[in-house]
Formats: sequence, structure tokens, C-alpha cells
Amino acid sequence: MSLSREQIAMRVAQEFCDGHYINLGIGIPTLAANYVADDIEVMLQSENGLLGMGPYPTEERVDADMINAGKETVTAATGASIFNSAESFAMIRGGHVDLTVLGAFEVDSNGSIASWMIPGKLIKGMGGAMDLVAGAQNIIVTMTHADKHGNSKLLEQCTLPLTGVNCINKIITDLAVFEVKEGAFHLVERAPGVSVAEIQSKTAGKLVVSNDVPEMMF
Amino acid sequence: MAGFNKVVDSYEAAMAGLQDNMTVIAGGFGLCGIPEGLIAQIQKMNTKGLTIVSNNCGVDGFGLGLLLEEKQIKKMVSSYVGENALFEQQLLNGELEVELTPQGTLAEKMRAGGAGIPAFYTATGFGTPVGEGKETRKFNGRDYILEESITGDFAIIKAYKADRYGNCIYRYTAQNFNPMAATAGKITVLEVEEIVEPGELSPSEIHTPGIYVDRIIVGNFEKRIERKILSSDNSNQ
Repeated sequence: MSLSREQIAMRVAQEFCDGHYINLGIGIPTLAANYVADDIEVMLQSENGLLGMGPYPTEERVDADMINAGKETVTAATGASIFNSAESFAMIRGGHVDLTVLGAFEVDSNGSIASWMIPGKLIKGMGGAMDLVAGAQNIIVTMTHADKHGNSKLLEQCTLPLTGVNCINKIITDLAVFEVKEGAFHLVERAPGVSVAEIQSKTAGKLVVSNDVPEMMF
Repeated sequence: MAGFNKVVDSYEAAMAGLQDNMTVIAGGFGLCGIPEGLIAQIQKMNTKGLTIVSNNCGVDGFGLGLLLEEKQIKKMVSSYVGENALFEQQLLNGELEVELTPQGTLAEKMRAGGAGIPAFYTATGFGTPVGEGKETRKFNGRDYILEESITGDFAIIKAYKADRYGNCIYRYTAQNFNPMAATAGKITVLEVEEIVEPGELSPSEIHTPGIYVDRIIVGNFEKRIERKILSSDNSNQ
């Protein structure tokens, strides 16, 4: 069975390490904040200028001056700091953020990512995504394995305008976990009940499969 | 306006000198920390052909979205413009030009512009449409593109408290692009929630030193919230 959004988020959270500074993109990556293990402490960076993002506020604590990068009302966690946008991107571009998790339309086997534009259809902008993929130490993409027409989003080469080149280290989809290295997707885990054959059939880019691919553990 | 009293008493005085085809750099992220009254004044002046540099373009009917109503904006330099139906319509009709710029590059363009640095290299955007046509250079084996900085005829910013010198502080994430925008305007106009007596703000807590600020006006802010999400709406943490 393919994973639900929540299960993908749970698997993403397994990548979090104690003491890490992490930037989570909008959507599934943000959900992963719900599943941080109890025995670790991480700091979430929100690129509008907040390090130490807390939960959404209660009605009483809603403050128009306190938002996250998705423009949602938010709170500051204990130990948080707030700063300007240049400082925020100095952290990101200077390689100080340990992990970035973001969504994508496509990723290719060289680790290039397309996530911000569909020519003729969608003109919204890249926000901070290009800075994040150019700057973070470790970059994980979460997305559904195929689009709604069943086309693979893991390609030999991206077809949409790129967000960054050769920068993605890992992909977590609803079917599997891949490491991206040496010009190929290396299958490291599969979702419970999902066969290697199914993953192979739904992956358009070069795929490397070892003899024994474990199922994800939750 | 004498000496270091930069406070003006009308929005007309605050935006005096703004003309057609000028470049205006605006602080704010989404609707957070935007100079609401100064934007409304630009709408009232009906200045045309403006280039607006701001991370976003407000929403329909509020913030910089107001300047779309009479097609006052010729060109928008932003990182994300997805909240605005009128914007999309004018863009598709060819009535509006947009230069989509990565958010960190945009912040750095303002910062560098205000600091007298004409351009800088960054890895952001290399190999993407953002890097097309730009000079590239390798440093320590990594590819970078040359990005030019931005300055404006005007900068319009919003702060929480200021004194008459223009020293000011921002509140929480309403800081965002305001400090960089403040440095990058030939004329920087600050709209502030509250004017305090000189000395009331500790010198060590000032975010933007008064040297960058030319005019100050006290505003009334609606502080509209774009996405109100409560802890009960979603189990985030």
C-alpha cells in the first residue's frame, strides 16, 4: 500500500537528528514537525525570519506579526530567535541549516529538482526554494511517486524549469525511499506491502536495486 | 522638518516627490510588516509605471495588491506572487512584467544595494532559468552566478517603534525585508506604529539606525492576517 501524507511525514521525521536545524517546506514537509521523536531536540527554521518555530497559536495567542514562511499564524518555541530576511538567508546560503525538506514536481537521477513553475500554467514564483536547495547541507524531497495521470516524477532528466541542479540527496515518496547518487536513484526502503517490481515500473529514471530492500519501519 | 526631526504629519508629505516610472522598494512578507498607509497613499496619488520591489504583491484589495487596481505597476520584482488573481490576470494580459527572484537573492540584492555593493556571486539559481544570461564564475570548484544589487528612488518600510531620529525596532516576524529595504532607498519613508521619545529605545536594541530613514509617519494599521491557523485546526506539533 502506498503511504498516506501522514505516513510520508512520519518517515521524513525519522531523518531528523538531535541538535539539527531544519527547514521544512509547505505541505507534507511541514506535517513532519508533528512526528519529531520524543528523545531528540530540533530547531525549525522558517525563512521569513524565525529560528525555533513553535506550534500554531491558540485563539488568544494569534498575532499578525508572528507568521511562518507559509504566511500562517505561528508561535515561537522556547529558544527561538527572530531576524531579518538577509540574516535568514545567510543561514541558509551559508550552509548553516542542517536539513531542508521540500516538495517537488520532478526530481532527476542527477539530483536536479523542478518545483516552482509549470510553463503556461502556474506562475507563482520560487520563494526561498532555490536558496534552500543551493544552501542546505542535506536536502530531502518528499512527493508522490507519480502524478495524478500515473506519470513518474522520478526522471532521467527533469522536463520543467529547474529549481536547482545536482542537489537532492534523498527522496521519500509514497512508495519508497531513495538515495540519489552517481547518476541514479538507489532504492533503500519500500513502503510496507509495495513490491520492488511496482517501484521499478513507476520509476522512469535510472534505478539501482540491491538484493534485499527492507520495508519502512514505523 | 528641521534637524533630526524626521516626523511628517501627512501621508502627502511622506510620499512627496514620488513620480511616474520610479522604483519603490517595499518591506514586508505577505501582509506581515507592510507599510499599509504608504501603499494606500501611492494608490491615492495614482502614480503610474512603477517598478515595485517586494517579496510579494499583497492580495486582491489589500497591501500592494491595491496598486494593481488602476494598473500603477509596470514591473514587479518578487519571489512569490501566488496570492493574487488580479496580478495573474495582468501578467497573462501582458500589462505587467514580473522578475521572479529567489527570496534570499532578493534580500541580498537590497542589502548589497544599500551597502554600496553593485553585485555579488551566489550559487542560488545556477543552472536554472534565474541564472540564464548571467555571468558565472567558479570558486573552489563550485559554480556561482553574478547578481546585481537593487536600489530604489523610494523605500517604504514599516516598524513597531521609532524615535524622531528614525531609529527603529520591528516586532517579531514583521521585521522580514524591512531592514534591507530601509537601506536601499534614495528616500526611505518609515511608517511606524508608535513614536517614542529619543532615548526610550536602548541604542543596543535598534534594528535600523536612523541614518537610513528620511521621513517618518505614524500609521494606523489593520494588520490583516493572510492565513489564520489555530493549534486546534491542525495537529502541528
